[in-house]
Amino acid sequence: MEDHGQAHREGRRLTSGPLAHLRSSPASHARPQVGRRAPALPVTLQEGRLPVAISTSTPPDGAPDAAPPAGSGSGAERQRRSTLLHRLDVRGAPYAFIAPFFVVFAAFSFYPLVYTSWISLHRVELSTLNLMEWVGFDNYTALWDDDRFWNALLNTFTIGVLSTVPQLLMALGLAHLLNYQLRGSTFFRVAALTPYATSVGAAALVFTMLFERDFGMINWMLSLVGIDNIDFENNKWAAQTAISTIVIWRWTGYNALLYLAAMQAIPRDRYEAAAIDGASRWQQFLKVTIPGIRSTIVFTIVLSTIGATQLFGEPLIFGQGPNGITGGADNQYQTLGLLLYEEGWKNYQMGRAATVAWAMFLLLIVLFVVQRVVKRVLARRA
Amino acid sequence: MGKARRKLRTRAVAAISAVSALGLVVGCGSSDSGGTGGGKKDGKVTITMGLFGVMGFKETGLLDKYMKEHPNVVIKADVAGDEQTYYTALQTHLAAGSGLKDIQGIEIGRAKELSDTQKDKFVDLAGVAGTDHFLPWKQSQVTTADKKVIGLGTDIGPMAVCYRKDLFKQAGLPTDRDEVAKLWEGDWSKYVDAGKEFKQKSKDDKVAFMDSSSGLFNAMIYGNSQQFYDKDGELIYATNPVVKDAWKLASEAATSDLTAKLRQFQPGWDPGLANSTFASTVCPAWMLAHISEKAGPENKGKWDVAKAPKGANWGGAFLGVMEKSPVKKEAQDLVAWLTAPEQQAYLFKEIGNFPSSQTALGMPEVVDAKSDYFSGAPIGKIFSAAAQEIPDEQVLGRKDGTIKDIFSQGLTLIEAQNKSPNEAWKTTDKRIEKAAG
Repeated sequence: MEDHGQAHREGRRLTSGPLAHLRSSPASHARPQVGRRAPALPVTLQEGRLPVAISTSTPPDGAPDAAPPAGSGSGAERQRRSTLLHRLDVRGAPYAFIAPFFVVFAAFSFYPLVYTSWISLHRVELSTLNLMEWVGFDNYTALWDDDRFWNALLNTFTIGVLSTVPQLLMALGLAHLLNYQLRGSTFFRVAALTPYATSVGAAALVFTMLFERDFGMINWMLSLVGIDNIDFENNKWAAQTAISTIVIWRWTGYNALLYLAAMQAIPRDRYEAAAIDGASRWQQFLKVTIPGIRSTIVFTIVLSTIGATQLFGEPLIFGQGPNGITGGADNQYQTLGLLLYEEGWKNYQMGRAATVAWAMFLLLIVLFVVQRVVKRVLARRA
Repeated sequence: MGKARRKLRTRAVAAISAVSALGLVVGCGSSDSGGTGGGKKDGKVTITMGLFGVMGFKETGLLDKYMKEHPNVVIKADVAGDEQTYYTALQTHLAAGSGLKDIQGIEIGRAKELSDTQKDKFVDLAGVAGTDHFLPWKQSQVTTADKKVIGLGTDIGPMAVCYRKDLFKQAGLPTDRDEVAKLWEGDWSKYVDAGKEFKQKSKDDKVAFMDSSSGLFNAMIYGNSQQFYDKDGELIYATNPVVKDAWKLASEAATSDLTAKLRQFQPGWDPGLANSTFASTVCPAWMLAHISEKAGPENKGKWDVAKAPKGANWGGAFLGVMEKSPVKKEAQDLVAWLTAPEQQAYLFKEIGNFPSSQTALGMPEVVDAKSDYFSGAPIGKIFSAAAQEIPDEQVLGRKDGTIKDIFSQGLTLIEAQNKSPNEAWKTTDKRIEKAAG
């Protein structure tokens, strides 16, 4: 009973608060406000809006500047409410429309980001997430002093180079070939995209079998030309090459199609002009095609760099089991992503895992800034 | 008119999107708030179980049998294939206090961590009637310092040596399982000596004596009461003579080229079994099923099982009941039934999970069990004897599983990456510090 009364009182207070405020804000106040708040609107729209605002907000009894007493008439009340709703609609609707993205972003990106940084300042284990011991920046200094971090960083870089450079070059060549008038070009284009549609797991698993030491197909082929079995997994460069192969296989077609789209946007007459000037096919490729798709190339480089920094699934599956998590018995192909996983899901040290995550994030920011600076310097020189 | 409707529609869309966005956020917080999925309704009792790997309860129809005998009970079992995935989920569920099942499986490698850090969330099973039939060392693995028992034992993994008779024969080694067992009776170093002899005399230098040195290392460690930790939970791997000896012998095997440089249960190992690239492997009871499946029918009768130099145990699991469960009593009954001797013996017969129940070890299904695939080896007797040899007290540590993996990798460094044993030990030491320190 008492609860009920409490709720009732609360409810009344709640409704009386904002309503009272609305009641005391007369229509005459609202009018200039509308004008003031919307200076950026095009004149036509503004003009179109004002009369609407007036017509809906002017009380029917023709007393524009005085707030009518609360009980003066339900018609006025309704109209005021519809004014309010209309304003809410016009002002609020855009926010409501974009809200889902930002709410989801806040819940699934921003909040985790902030929480991760908070965790990274603690010693926390996965099984006892409620027990957090404040350690300040100890995790960061420990990471800085940790050989494994620098090893992982270097591996991420070398695997990144080993996979990105051939991948983009091959994509460029492939796109160039696809750009010719071909019979069944749609087939080839779809075929080029198929690896991209394959899951990382499936691709990595098949490649792991191909690269297997004793009974793998690649070693079998190498044995035909007299090369002894290579222990791909245990040999640093062989392992990194094998992992890069998986990445290259999956992403070349995708990049090729991006290049192809850009190439097709290059006007024909440029090629004709170049041909008239006596440029060979190769020269046309270098002097017309490449400059023509330059922004796409930059885009793919940025994309591949981000992808390379976050490389995780391929080495994890390539190593299989405990070796996957640590990137080989000697960490010979452990990437930053794997180091994060090892700290979090093998050692169950969430604080240290969060620190690696933040280090990766900062690394990407640094890379981005460097890229912008380089671009600006190049642009200035040009 | 049209305008008004459009306005209405915009408004409705805005409202819906706002509400759904809110719903998304709220949905994350409020779903599954603390229940275990089990409960009582209309006289029916629902019990949920979280299991991993092949524990066999669901696969062999034991749960169905229980439901038939208890018509008012409905059991819902969720089986995760991989224990690592299962345990990670279990940890988050324990930390969050939601998503747990009424009954949760516990792998031996996690037993210590759970009984140290999460014992309050498990029901004490010390007093459950009819549960005094276990091997003495089995229940000690899940007993906390204050004598609370957080789980009841399912299977164990007593170890023996599986070997290929045909490969032993071509290297001039005996093939009869008793004579083979005599080769290395009482001392693992004799196993390595046999390997050296094998390597010298073997006519096929593509065949290694054993699959991996880490199998040998594990077997030497697992037979001891103190392994990587002492009773106070301190890490003693660096000074424990048991670990030192095991490391020395395993790295000797690795540097003498006695191994096929494989990693157990990893790629290469299965084709190794099928294509006969190694002549022996240290095998816990549950590995026999894997070997017979992967080595295939064409190798049937070529394998045999001999007693290991020393009894040891690798693996095993428990079933625990969650304190949160609304059907604690019923869940306890189910766990007691599933781990009872009859059911353990049944599981052994069906899928080869070796019983942890002393009573079950004495039952004819177990004692007289022979394996056709392994040349009719009396596996019941061999593994029972190994199980009896294990010391009553088993000191487990929180990070036993992780440390075992790190040692295996350390041995891989020697075996496949030509690091010196010294160097590999230093790396291993540093890694354990990171992982368990």
